[in-house]
Amino acid sequence: MMLRRRLALSAPFAALLLAGCGVNTIPTAEENAKAKWADVQNQYQRRADLIPNLVATVKGYAAHEQSTLTAVVDARAKATQVTVSADDISDPDKMKKFQDAQNQLSGALGRLLAVNEAYPQLQADQNFLALQSQLEGTENRIAVARSDYNSAVQAYNTRIRTFPDSITAKVVYGAKPITPFTATAPNAEAAPTVKF
Amino acid sequence: METPAFAGVTTGAGVTKWLAGLVLALLALVASPACALTFPAFTGLVVDQANIIPADRKAALTQKLEAFQQKTHRQLVVATVSSLEGDDIADYGYQLGRAWGVGLKDANNGAILLIAPNERKMRVEVGYGLEGVLTDAYSSVVVNSKLRPAFRAGDMPGGIDAGTDAIIEVLSLPDDQARAKQDAAVAAWDKQHKSSNQGVPGALIFWLIVIAWVVIAGFIRSARGGRRYGGSNWPIWLWAIDSVLDSRSGGGGWSSGGGSSDSGGGGGWGGGGFTGGGGGSFGGGGASGSW
Repeated sequence: MMLRRRLALSAPFAALLLAGCGVNTIPTAEENAKAKWADVQNQYQRRADLIPNLVATVKGYAAHEQSTLTAVVDARAKATQVTVSADDISDPDKMKKFQDAQNQLSGALGRLLAVNEAYPQLQADQNFLALQSQLEGTENRIAVARSDYNSAVQAYNTRIRTFPDSITAKVVYGAKPITPFTATAPNAEAAPTVKF
Repeated sequence: METPAFAGVTTGAGVTKWLAGLVLALLALVASPACALTFPAFTGLVVDQANIIPADRKAALTQKLEAFQQKTHRQLVVATVSSLEGDDIADYGYQLGRAWGVGLKDANNGAILLIAPNERKMRVEVGYGLEGVLTDAYSSVVVNSKLRPAFRAGDMPGGIDAGTDAIIEVLSLPDDQARAKQDAAVAAWDKQHKSSNQGVPGALIFWLIVIAWVVIAGFIRSARGGRRYGGSNWPIWLWAIDSVLDSRSGGGGWSSGGGSSDSGGGGGWGGGGFTGGGGGSFGGGGASGSW
């Protein structure tokens, strides 16, 4: 009799306990990270969409930079093949492949833009200038989207690894930490070397 | 007194202490957003921290920007900062926009003309919602053909005027799709800032009912001659506070920009005068340059 009443009294406690332990907040944080990941992919896609126009414009002035142009086209083709769906963002291998492919494209693009400096006529082309500013803007957006994604991932990972949410994460959701973006590839920040 | 009930009281006290810690930690999280940069206060549509715009031209510029907001419901801010604190201007710019909440939440229809005279850097920072109109390419043209020549000649206010005019020109063009979204955001903002009573959150009602129930149950119990638990309701209170805080801070994502008060008062977002930020967000659109 006493026990039953105590059980009845503990029902609201149990509800409070569950709500306090992230039954709602863990999926919210996860969905947030997934949405931010979608932004990251959108921005990378946007960059890939700009490249054919850029290559065509550069070709008009600097046709004999064939190897640099081919490198960009190839890297773009590879990068567009590697996509990571929102369900795979806790898979470090897939994330690494994606980052590697995009970093390779960044490197090839960097070399192309460096080569352009040798062509004053190209530098004066309005179409090229517009493309260049769009590319710069897209690189900025990628940086912002990546940093937003990383903070969402950090919030989620912290949540599922700290008490009391860690219990819910393990028992209820079997949650795995999401992979954040690492710093770009070594040498990615360094100026690309120009080969003639 | 060595009864199981007493043992319950001791663990209850332990939980209380622990929960108090949790609540404090949560409050600390809410109070200190992780940002390393410090920004000037958002005091008007022209924030001249670097002090490069003479007072009369600043007044004229402010008037122009307020008229622009009144007419198009978009928000353009001219900001000069004395230091970028060692940061890249593109990185500084979008964080400034988010910190101020330039533009309206959801419509994200704000833009900033940002100038750092000490670093000789300038940037047009464009909110998400305006990226389709004020494109990177156009921003780049503004930076390179309006701002740079004037700045190189040492005419800071002239360059700012020319740049502002060019941005206002393109942002005044009709754009149906963006406008529909924006109208909804304007209505939401006006509604929110007219009524002082923002409505009782559903979560609060829920927890009040739960608390009331537990308290009443406790009273009935003690009236029937059961043992009184000294302070044993504390965990519930703390939990309830925690949950309400959680439900309030968790959902919004990015809403702190709305914090700037509407000192202009009266007419709502499109009524003229300084409204403060509306919680708009930025994603790195725009263009930068140096001189």
